Amino acid sequence: MTIASALALILALLLVAIAAWTIAARQTFAAVVGFVAYGLLLSIGWVALSAIDVALTEAAIGSGLTGVLLIGAAARLRTTEAALSAERPGAPLRWLAAAASVAVAGAIAIGVLSLPDPAPTLAPAVAEHLPSIGLGNAVTAVLLAYRGIDTLLESIVVVFALIGVWSLAPDHLWGGYPGPRQYADPNGILAYLARVLPPIGIIVGLYIFWVGADLPGGKFQGATILAAMWLLAIMAGLADAPPISRTWLRILLVAGPLLFIAIGFAGALTAGAVLAYPDGYAKLLIKVIEAALVPTLTLTLALLVAGAPERTAPP
Amino acid sequence: MSFFLDIFTVAAVSAGAFFFLAGSVGLLRFPDALSRLHALTKADNLGLGLVMLGLLPRADGLLAALKLVFVWLLVLLASAMVSQMVARVARRGGSPS
Repeated sequence: MTIASALALILALLLVAIAAWTIAARQTFAAVVGFVAYGLLLSIGWVALSAIDVALTEAAIGSGLTGVLLIGAAARLRTTEAALSAERPGAPLRWLAAAASVAVAGAIAIGVLSLPDPAPTLAPAVAEHLPSIGLGNAVTAVLLAYRGIDTLLESIVVVFALIGVWSLAPDHLWGGYPGPRQYADPNGILAYLARVLPPIGIIVGLYIFWVGADLPGGKFQGATILAAMWLLAIMAGLADAPPISRTWLRILLVAGPLLFIAIGFAGALTAGAVLAYPDGYAKLLIKVIEAALVPTLTLTLALLVAGAPERTAPP
Repeated sequence: MSFFLDIFTVAAVSAGAFFFLAGSVGLLRFPDALSRLHALTKADNLGLGLVMLGLLPRADGLLAALKLVFVWLLVLLASAMVSQMVARVARRGGSPS
């Protein structure tokens, strides 16, 4: 056994162990911490498989953003947690759930293990046609040229998720400011971090978006970093989230997907198919779509964390 | 020359790994939140610093080397800030054991 495969084995065992611990943990907060650690370990696993794009997304969205959302949920559930964990489901229900989980995991395992070797792949076809798109990063090419419809629906679905969060607001708060107003010591450590880190984080976020054409990176990962910087300033009390009734906010929230749809339908006229790009313009159009999606995604991801409106709208 | 660089890399990364191990042991064994934080920040600062130092000779050019140093500085900043905030909560008695 080589050192590399030994390390991979240790990583896989750690992943299974922490996944089991996350399920077994009795406290919601402990389970969330386990889930975040699981996501970070999983992104190391993706790096070991040379899937840097997936690793970046897992660390940013799967572990970071989802982790923050789950911590918020756990904090809200704290008051009712003792009562809820007191009423355990009966033994038949628990055995049924365990049997269903084992059946699903077993079916997936059989499916993966019975794949032909070498596994069927379109990777050579993608690599062959990469020069005609003009991108250096095959993942970005697949996401925006070959599977454009998936990426389009993905960018719409996060906006729907935000509308879902907003719709939890009571009627009299509709259109108001999301979440409570945050206050922190203006000379404290959090305010200091919120002044020092955003200039660096904004450059890193924009760089990760821009470099996604040729190297691992992209709009989702970059937008998560930008959203994190905004949230840091909000949490330190240096900035406030805008009221959700603002027109500019709503325009920016739909601008990215709308431009994607417009360019997609324009492809039907200029390139012969919806979501196709005319020859020679593929890279330009892909970067335009990604650039329009960055503000949409940054706002959506940050406002998802900020939560439903809790303060009345300004007159 | 490259032989000595290899020795340097192995020595520095091993020393870094030792500090991570010591920090993890401290995190598990120390009695209260403040001393556990002390152990944890040692792992971040010294351990990661030594790993970074050991990897510097293997960096792909000056820009990649600067990126390595920059990553370490960012982790230093983050761990110093976060440990301050955790320590403040712990001092107020909000520490979960």
